[in-house]
Amino acid sequence: MGKVIITTGNYSAAYAAKAAKVDVVAAYPITPQTSIIEKISEFIEKGEMKAEYIRVESEHSAMAACIGASVAGARTFTATSAHGLALMHEMLHWAAATRAPVVMAVVNRAMGPPWNIWSDHVDSLSQRDTGWMQFYVESNQEIFDTIIQAYRVAEDPEVKMPAMICSDAFILSHTSQPLEILSEEEVEDFLPPYEPPFDITDVGHPVTHGNIVWPEPRGESPVGYMEFRYLMHQGLLNAKRKIKEIAKEFEKKFGRNHGDLIEKYKVDDADVAIVSMGALAAQAKYVVDLMREEGYRVGAIKLRVFRPFPDDEIREIAKGLKALVVADRNISYGHKGISATEIESALYSLEKRPLVLNFIMGIGGRDVKPEDQRKMIETVFNIIETGQLTKEAEWYGLLR
Amino acid sequence: MTILGLPEEEYIMSGNASCPGCGATLALRHVLKALGKRTVLVIPACCTAVIQGLYPRSGIGVPVLNMAFEATGAAASGVVAALKARGKDDITVVGWAGDGGTADIGIQALSGAAERRTDFIYICYDNEAYMNTGIQRSGATPYGALTTTTPVLGKKEHKKDMPMIMAAHKIPYVATATSGYPKDLYEKVKRAKELKGEGTRYLHILSPCPPGWRYDSKLTVKISKLAVETGLWILYEIDHGKFKLSGPSKRLLDPSKRKPVEEYLKLQGRFRGLSDEDIREIQRWVDENWKNIEKMMETE
Repeated sequence: MGKVIITTGNYSAAYAAKAAKVDVVAAYPITPQTSIIEKISEFIEKGEMKAEYIRVESEHSAMAACIGASVAGARTFTATSAHGLALMHEMLHWAAATRAPVVMAVVNRAMGPPWNIWSDHVDSLSQRDTGWMQFYVESNQEIFDTIIQAYRVAEDPEVKMPAMICSDAFILSHTSQPLEILSEEEVEDFLPPYEPPFDITDVGHPVTHGNIVWPEPRGESPVGYMEFRYLMHQGLLNAKRKIKEIAKEFEKKFGRNHGDLIEKYKVDDADVAIVSMGALAAQAKYVVDLMREEGYRVGAIKLRVFRPFPDDEIREIAKGLKALVVADRNISYGHKGISATEIESALYSLEKRPLVLNFIMGIGGRDVKPEDQRKMIETVFNIIETGQLTKEAEWYGLLR
Repeated sequence: MTILGLPEEEYIMSGNASCPGCGATLALRHVLKALGKRTVLVIPACCTAVIQGLYPRSGIGVPVLNMAFEATGAAASGVVAALKARGKDDITVVGWAGDGGTADIGIQALSGAAERRTDFIYICYDNEAYMNTGIQRSGATPYGALTTTTPVLGKKEHKKDMPMIMAAHKIPYVATATSGYPKDLYEKVKRAKELKGEGTRYLHILSPCPPGWRYDSKLTVKISKLAVETGLWILYEIDHGKFKLSGPSKRLLDPSKRKPVEEYLKLQGRFRGLSDEDIREIQRWVDENWKNIEKMMETE
């Protein structure tokens, strides 16, 4: 049992990086991520954390430095938000294709203009196809625990892919909650020191990392570029199994389970389930409890991992449901909510599919109260009665 | 013993994909002789990224981390930090990038690394345009040069003074060199290596490029030397703030000792569009550069 303190989501991420004994941190400040890297600076300057901290001049450089450090054998950490994450985009592809198990805390924030520093998931969801694992968490404890778990998954020889742990701006980042800080000894037992699969500084065995590969096998290369990409895909598919195993192992050791790819809440006998990501997943459970008292057969699903996508898990639950409410704190302009798109895609192979109603809500930090989630759920119960389903995503609370 | 007294070890292997007469690879050959085996190269998108050869082989005898175009300074910072975290202190980390990757897209990461006193050597091999993508103008392209993005009129601006930008970072060592004077280059790389532990060391190597500069590939060394002899390219080092001319540039402070710029320009097809006025402008620019050097030496 570690020490329990009251602290913010951002400090929880900093404590996790410390507990994970990262070797190299490279980061650049952006609201609302700043207090993560300020706390880490304090740990390092006070000598409480033994790591090299590169105070880079941009997020692009933060990720490039993490990649350089990772291939030189270091466990690496960084953190960012919104525009910082967007600036990193190229290097996110580079990190994943390098198979560098970098772990990054992302504090989800809206993209400008107009400037807005509040929660919105478009920043990280826009990085969907970079090869990064994406975890969306609902509490400060989950931030801490997931960062520890993510290193295990990312560094697993069958995975070797980077991971981002996404938490909502201010709702978690600057809000204090109880946090059990696992001791470095406890964590080390669960997360042994990083053993790099290869080391670019091994001058006795010089290799070149990342030189040209043709589309087809050619010359002495038995494979082409496409095979390298398939291996990345395989890594993320393997991560599905690993995330489950490691969540179980974590629960056994530390007594906490935040779900694995998803978290199910009272869905077994439900007609309707509400799907949420991040902090609103916690509030959804509260709403489910209230509505259950009134006799609604409703449950909640937390989409904890967005990549790799839990399509089997979603299908399994959906078989027993009449309808899904998918609440997206994001929008893919000209289409619909991003998680709704993914969920509908997963459901397509089912013979009998539940209805899916997609709500766009909470954009740029707009408040979503329990009664709002309740209204979304009620709407779906009415649709089940009337059979009148709108195909378009519904912008919840939009002023017209 | 070799003629120049340089080590016989070769780190540029046969099978590399250099163009005939490549000034950059000639320079890298001597750079690696000075650096030796315990070296890690970080190479962004540039000619050398192709020259190193195809997976799974490498034409370079030291480890190479290939990196995105603008990220050399940052990725090298990461390698340096990891080595420090792991207590390995006998490896030299070297960024090896072209002029576009240095003076244009990579200048931010390089400036950041230098300001942080990152313990590495950064070498810009300057072939004065985006050669790998097909001779497009860069910030290091000289006045008047025809490139594929200045195809008719030629470049209207002078070359960005990258070594002096780096000197303004007050780093321990800045030096210029060119492919045609390998011994001078070798000594400067040796000095940069020797200063390990003191922060960022920067070398800028003018590297003639036969296909990009439009000249016969046998002329690489001659053109490299003419760049120095005309005073267009000045060989110097700034060691802990102390400026010193080196090699043949030492005797060129007197303008009468410098060959006219035409001798350099006329051998290269990229300058075929120059008017007499353009040539006068280039000569004026050269003379002005030397006046600045003179001022710097007076204040020493």
